[in-house]
Amino acid sequence: MSLLELRDLHVTYRGERAAVPAVRGVNLSIEAGDTVGLAGESGCGKSTIAGAVLRLLPKETEVRGQILLDGEDVYEMKPGRLRAVRWTGAAIVFQGALHSLNPVKRIGWQIEEAVLLHSKMSPRAARERAQDLLDRVGIPGDRVDKYPHQMSGGQRQRVLIALALACDPQLLIADEPTTALDVMVQAQVLALLEELQREKGLALLFITHDLSVLTHTCKRLAVMYAGRIVEEGPSELVFTDPQHPYSRALAAAFPTIGDMSSRMHPEGLAGDPPDPADLPSGCPFHVRCAVAIPECATLDVALRDAGPGRRAACVHVGAAHV
Amino acid sequence: MSDAVLALTNVRVQFGGGKVHAVDTVSLDVGAGEVLALVGESGCGKTTLIRSVIGLEPLSHGSIEVEGVKVGRGARGLRALRRKVQMIFQDPSGALNPRHSIYEAVAEGLRIHKVKGHEPTLVADALSAAGLRPPERFLQRYPHELSGGQRQRVLIAAAMALRPRLLLADEPVASLDASIRGEILALMRSYVDRDGVSIVAVTHDLGLAWNIADRVAVMYLGRIVEVGPADDVLRTPLHPYTKALLSVVPEIEGMEQQILTGETPDPSRIPSGCRFHPRCPVVASGEAERLGFVDRCRGVDLELEPEVGSHRVACHAVQIST
Repeated sequence: MSLLELRDLHVTYRGERAAVPAVRGVNLSIEAGDTVGLAGESGCGKSTIAGAVLRLLPKETEVRGQILLDGEDVYEMKPGRLRAVRWTGAAIVFQGALHSLNPVKRIGWQIEEAVLLHSKMSPRAARERAQDLLDRVGIPGDRVDKYPHQMSGGQRQRVLIALALACDPQLLIADEPTTALDVMVQAQVLALLEELQREKGLALLFITHDLSVLTHTCKRLAVMYAGRIVEEGPSELVFTDPQHPYSRALAAAFPTIGDMSSRMHPEGLAGDPPDPADLPSGCPFHVRCAVAIPECATLDVALRDAGPGRRAACVHVGAAHV
Repeated sequence: MSDAVLALTNVRVQFGGGKVHAVDTVSLDVGAGEVLALVGESGCGKTTLIRSVIGLEPLSHGSIEVEGVKVGRGARGLRALRRKVQMIFQDPSGALNPRHSIYEAVAEGLRIHKVKGHEPTLVADALSAAGLRPPERFLQRYPHELSGGQRQRVLIAAAMALRPRLLLADEPVASLDASIRGEILALMRSYVDRDGVSIVAVTHDLGLAWNIADRVAVMYLGRIVEVGPADDVLRTPLHPYTKALLSVVPEIEGMEQQILTGETPDPSRIPSGCRFHPRCPVVASGEAERLGFVDRCRGVDLELEPEVGSHRVACHAVQIST
């Protein structure tokens, strides 16, 4: 049994004028201790998936399909059970560390609060636990009484990681945890996540638009476009030998320094990421695709086998392997 | 002066009554048709430096010349300067007036600077050159109707409509989606190749430098620590800080990660000696001590030394080994 399993997940937001299908049929499973990267651009539905797993989306949002956490359907849970599962079953680290912390509470207390609410620890033990956790993420214990504004962006992101680990979750969902950080601080936070993942056998669902970061951190990779997974497989292969033209563009977006083919030659995709409320017909990528053929405008291709452990949703994929 | 478009001589910018040394003695030239990438972590003074070029930060010391004319503080002087020097920012949404149409956004600069010609034609040509084609489709639209990439194109069009000699770009693609990044960089480079404009791009993204820059200058705590041709600085860095920055870029294979500990340093407390020494791997590993120059690292402040090959570096270790 997988730790997390998404079965044909559809998420539709209620827009002002029309329904907005943000996630359109995603299947994904994460085993205990596994590291999976979810890549894609703004509006592709990747953060919606993060929110859907712990039922953090607006009430009127329509969620179809199933989300099984350790075999249990998250959307069938009673409120009490859901509260217990949040933090202990799965926890999320969000992007904007400044907005995820309470600005008028000391950071140590914010961790203690989570511990006290989810375990039977005494206040004193909870405080020790908070100190240990901060220590673990590289923040000196004497900082427990600081407020968020007294810390740097990198430190706040570490506090959020400590907070997410407060109740020993089995699954950590990291939604763009390093996007707002400097390169060196990003490297520090990534190294920390990798270390924690190894040490605690944590499963990690890592969400970002930066494919190279994912390749570094995750064993498996899924690339999303317009609410669907368009390619999945082992990270290294998806990055170095992408099968879907969109993954290829995403992989090329961040150049390899030293690779002369990208020197003075930035590569990008024409057009803009699609508007989820107004998706193109057929394969939604065809309007930006360099290798589109006439039938792409009408044919919506599902994921196909693209080699061992790999799948891609492109009309060219089957053809290449026959 | 030489034929440099921009010449900085011993520029210092201080804040807080001289307590914060944001830019601390920087000298630098940018030639016609040259793209310089100014890289470094947040707080290193790179943004302050380019803001001072356009007259937004008063200098405490030194001088800045644009095409041989000293940047002063008078209103008339600044207006003449800004005809020659334009700037684009990281967040294109914040830089556009939400109640001005795209036509207005581009025409405003033309009016302020009394640019001769038929205004509607100038606006349409500027939009078209920035890849917003056909321009008629965009003229009467408002910023909220455009995507992030399109908004950045509008700002580039508005800046370039004045035919400046120098474009200052502060993290021009950091807030854009990965697939859009390459297109915007290619657009920026196209103005250089076609019109011979010079660009100073401030960024923490070394891939951007590899994609479009002729030269790279690396800043640390208000000072340039390494400068030279992009090919050389990025492929054979000499300063330990440049080496560390490059080692944490996930795209570079086979380079051992050199994650610097500690936070981005504080420009109100600049360390004695070489300002990088508290985080320097050469000092931390004991190599500097073994080779007998650690006292210089700790005690002797230094500026960029004359060229070592094609680079100029501010490092005692590099100085001693050559």
